[in-house]
Amino acid sequence: MSFVDAAAAINPRARRRRLLRKRFLRRPLAIVGLLVALAFIVSAILAPLIAPYSASATDFNATLAPPFSPHHLLGTDELGRDQLSRIIWGSRASIQAGVLSTLLAIVIAVPIGIVAGYYRGWIDPVIARLTDVLLAFPFLVLAVGLAAILGPSLTNATLALGIGAVPGLIRIARGEALALREEDYVRAAVANGASDVFILRRHVLPNMLSTLIVQATVTIPAAIIGEAVLSFLGLGVQPPTPSWGVMLSDAQSYIAQAPRLAIFPGIAIFICSLSFNLLGDGLRDVLDPRTTR
Amino acid sequence: MGGFLLRKVGAALIVLVLASMLVFVGVRAIPGDPALALGGESRDPAVLSAIRHKYGLDQPVPVQYLRWVSLAVQGDLGTDQRELPVARTIVQRLPITLELAGLAILIGSVIGIVAGVLAAVRRGKAADYVATTVALAGLSVPHFWLGILMIIYFAVRLHWLPAGGYVAFSANPIQNLEHMLMPAIVLGTGLSAVLMRQMRSSMLSALGADYVRTARAKGLSEWSVVGKHALRNSLITVTTVIGLQLGALISGAVITEQIFVIPGFGRLTIDAVNQRDYTLLQGVVLVAAAGYVVVNLVVDVVYSLLNPRIRVAGARR
Repeated sequence: MSFVDAAAAINPRARRRRLLRKRFLRRPLAIVGLLVALAFIVSAILAPLIAPYSASATDFNATLAPPFSPHHLLGTDELGRDQLSRIIWGSRASIQAGVLSTLLAIVIAVPIGIVAGYYRGWIDPVIARLTDVLLAFPFLVLAVGLAAILGPSLTNATLALGIGAVPGLIRIARGEALALREEDYVRAAVANGASDVFILRRHVLPNMLSTLIVQATVTIPAAIIGEAVLSFLGLGVQPPTPSWGVMLSDAQSYIAQAPRLAIFPGIAIFICSLSFNLLGDGLRDVLDPRTTR
Repeated sequence: MGGFLLRKVGAALIVLVLASMLVFVGVRAIPGDPALALGGESRDPAVLSAIRHKYGLDQPVPVQYLRWVSLAVQGDLGTDQRELPVARTIVQRLPITLELAGLAILIGSVIGIVAGVLAAVRRGKAADYVATTVALAGLSVPHFWLGILMIIYFAVRLHWLPAGGYVAFSANPIQNLEHMLMPAIVLGTGLSAVLMRQMRSSMLSALGADYVRTARAKGLSEWSVVGKHALRNSLITVTTVIGLQLGALISGAVITEQIFVIPGFGRLTIDAVNQRDYTLLQGVVLVAAAGYVVVNLVVDVVYSLLNPRIRVAGARR
């Protein structure tokens, strides 16, 4: 046994981390997913630095320019706005809606799910029914309602997407807490007189973390597509602010003349959500050995 | 069984009542005075208070809710801005969406189940890899964009299919299907990706189960093992997934109908918001929620009939 192995054998946490890293690195698609997802996040943050033009800059000498034009790599729209720049700026709305709505959903859903699953009793069925009520409203119907109440905007679209993801996450957190409370180490902690807060923080939450990470990674792409749908319908980002959904909606008027206007933003949505899904699938395989593969 | 049924129906009723309250309160939270909207140009306080009285808006909110619910139960969802009964509008639009959803479920489950079974049986081989990757791509692609691409290619460029619109099946069945084909494919592919993944994992766990090993040990043919034993049990799980996907299907129908200009239930929802027609919106949302609850109740009950273990586990909980 080499020195490194011996150290790993002593420290189970380091060993587990090393094992997970090794398993992850064996999945090329997951690595590609991670890198592409990071690239989208970075480009959203650095949009002012990397976009060739501002999102609203018009070039009336080059309206509806085709792709690979001298000054416009992906061409321009009917107002001569650079498509590449608008896609880069538009990634801000997608990433913001995707990441923030997922975080919002986790912050709301996980405590509720844990309480339902860990304490059970009367609170569990009450939460289950309330979850059913939320589930009864399809996310788009919910978003439509929220847009009607609060007015259409990116913030409200993010809110609607977050609330839409809550019921599913509550069920998952509840299921995990339900299983974890039967674990020997939780029972031992209870027998030792540990407080509920301590047990939940020290044992329950950390042990459901991997499931939550996987869930978050697959909720983000769904929310990214959701934001595009809402903005497409006029219920999310409002023009002239760029968003991939807004761009697709604008493109519909030029579908015969310049179909490419409808192609590039869609490719952006597709690649962005595919990258998160690839990452999520890879993480599921790595973190959750129960799933058969 | 009776107790199980009663419990399920009771839970569904509670959910329905809470959902209707949420719809009612939600619609009242929308800014703007409906009396002002209904009064048109008139700002005369006497006219406005007459309108409020006519629609019961001068009553306390719980009274208004009870009035609305008792009428809704009798099939009266009020009249919209054009003075048309909301219930009748919904009954006219719903069959269009049901046809779309039915075709989409047909397309989605055929593709999803076949691909899922294939991937599970050929686990780890090329077919599995291709099916899994395509399904993941199917989950990542925005389906309304797929719809736009299909319009660009099959309608604008090739003129094979109409770009949008709707013809009633009773008027012209062929044209009806021509108009429905692209929307149904768009809506169905999303479902097929979800079903394929579910089918694959249920089949894999079924193929690893004891009864399949027993079937193999008895010397049954591979066809019989996969088709008769593993597939049947996996199909039960997939049926419940279709029920759970109903919400996604309704959401999908909203955007699909918007793109293909189909005057169905989904388009009605968007129209209700855009026209700020709150009686209509309230009715549409209530019907969507009720539909989801009822379908899932039916799925639950059918599932427990097919799989008695669920009933026992449910009672023990």
